[in-house]
Amino acid sequence: MIRVVLPAHLRALAHVDSEVQLEVTGPVTQRSVLEALEARYPMLRGTIRDHTTQQRRPWLRFFACQEDLSHEPPDAPLPEAVATGTEPYLVVGAIAGG
Amino acid sequence: MSKVRVLVGTRKGAFILTSDGKRENWDVSGPHFAGWEMYHLKGSPVEPNRLYASQSSGWSGQVMQRSNDGGKTWETVGNKFTYDGVPGTHQWYDGTPHPWEFKRVWHLEPSLTDPDTVYAGVEDAALFISKDGGQNWEELSGLRGHGSGPHWQPGAGGMCLHTIILDPSNPSRMFIAISAAGAFRTDDSGKTWKPINHGLRSQYIPDPTAEVGHCVHHIAMHPSRPGVLFMQKHWDVMRTDNAGDSWQEVSGNLPTDFGFAIDVHAHEPDTIYVVPIKSDSEHFPLEGKLRVYRSRTGGNEWEPLTKGLPQSNCYVNVLRDAMAVDALDKCGVYFGTTGGQVYASADAGDTWAPIVRDLPAVLSVEVQTLS
Repeated sequence: MIRVVLPAHLRALAHVDSEVQLEVTGPVTQRSVLEALEARYPMLRGTIRDHTTQQRRPWLRFFACQEDLSHEPPDAPLPEAVATGTEPYLVVGAIAGG
Repeated sequence: MSKVRVLVGTRKGAFILTSDGKRENWDVSGPHFAGWEMYHLKGSPVEPNRLYASQSSGWSGQVMQRSNDGGKTWETVGNKFTYDGVPGTHQWYDGTPHPWEFKRVWHLEPSLTDPDTVYAGVEDAALFISKDGGQNWEELSGLRGHGSGPHWQPGAGGMCLHTIILDPSNPSRMFIAISAAGAFRTDDSGKTWKPINHGLRSQYIPDPTAEVGHCVHHIAMHPSRPGVLFMQKHWDVMRTDNAGDSWQEVSGNLPTDFGFAIDVHAHEPDTIYVVPIKSDSEHFPLEGKLRVYRSRTGGNEWEPLTKGLPQSNCYVNVLRDAMAVDALDKCGVYFGTTGGQVYASADAGDTWAPIVRDLPAVLSVEVQTLS
């Protein structure tokens, strides 16, 4: 079971109030986790990754195990601790705005 | 008895204000979509409980919402806005070519006849249509494909398509406006478009009478007289009597003709409203006095409406989509400010009172008159 922590505004959009738990089949990568997330919560499509390019939206970052994975290749394996559910995969909103 | 529902989009959520036909006591619902920028909400004229809303944020981009119960509950619909074909470039602020990039939906215009059909005006400027209640969106690319597209340039607020007006007497005719390209008309349901900017004069562009490049802020029409349009341009209030083929200035005795919002009385096609703003660099009312100006002669002769509006130390703005009218008798007029007030007049502008005073900055106001 993969654990995903979303920023507050995306939790509200997805109607969840805590971290999300997902089943991911096959290799656990950023792409497979985000695809499983969007399949379960279709309202999140386009809000984390661009619909067409699949690029991360610029004001969001991806963290796990105290590392910034935002610039890692989408098909690179995520840390074992994320794959086993020990540690969450975090989608983090930039500190910005007013 | 009739009811009024006011749909308010703000920088940090949406609010729905409801009252009976007296328009004295108001219920306030919201914030809906708290924390998100709500550029625009609008209801279907044929099915008033069908609402569409544009929800966006710098973090997560565009989300579209639809309600079938007048805003009590909402469902997320499609947010995939893909330009048709190779998007090409428009001009950037410095005059260099810049790729067309979708940023957000500024304005939603539901069809006059079909609750599942809705138009969306977006930034970077383009017009999209959904025929399935907002699930799927298709660009009407004839507009952006008009030969002038590569010369369009953004205004300070971005290159946005912010005004969509459907002609109730001619289903094939539609008007749109873009900052800062100008106004355009289609007579074939969006396949081809014609710039309708003859008569506009803009000193801030190299050729003040150019075919495109004018910063049109908003356009309003009375449905009984669809060939007559009123425009608040960056500077100048304008009028056309031939569906945009030519415009003449009707600023008349306005103390300043800069502004954003403009609207037409529901029952008097020659009664129009604007909110004069001091200048393009000082986006607040002259002398700190919030005054709506009304013309009962289709322009040129204007009277200030001040009763109930702050007449000192008021430095808010009223944005382009933040004024609307109801269809009751007497006509109600509503506008929202960047200071978070929504003012209403139940007597066609003679007197005003705030419905709410402390919302986030108001981006848009739409009104539904419900039986």
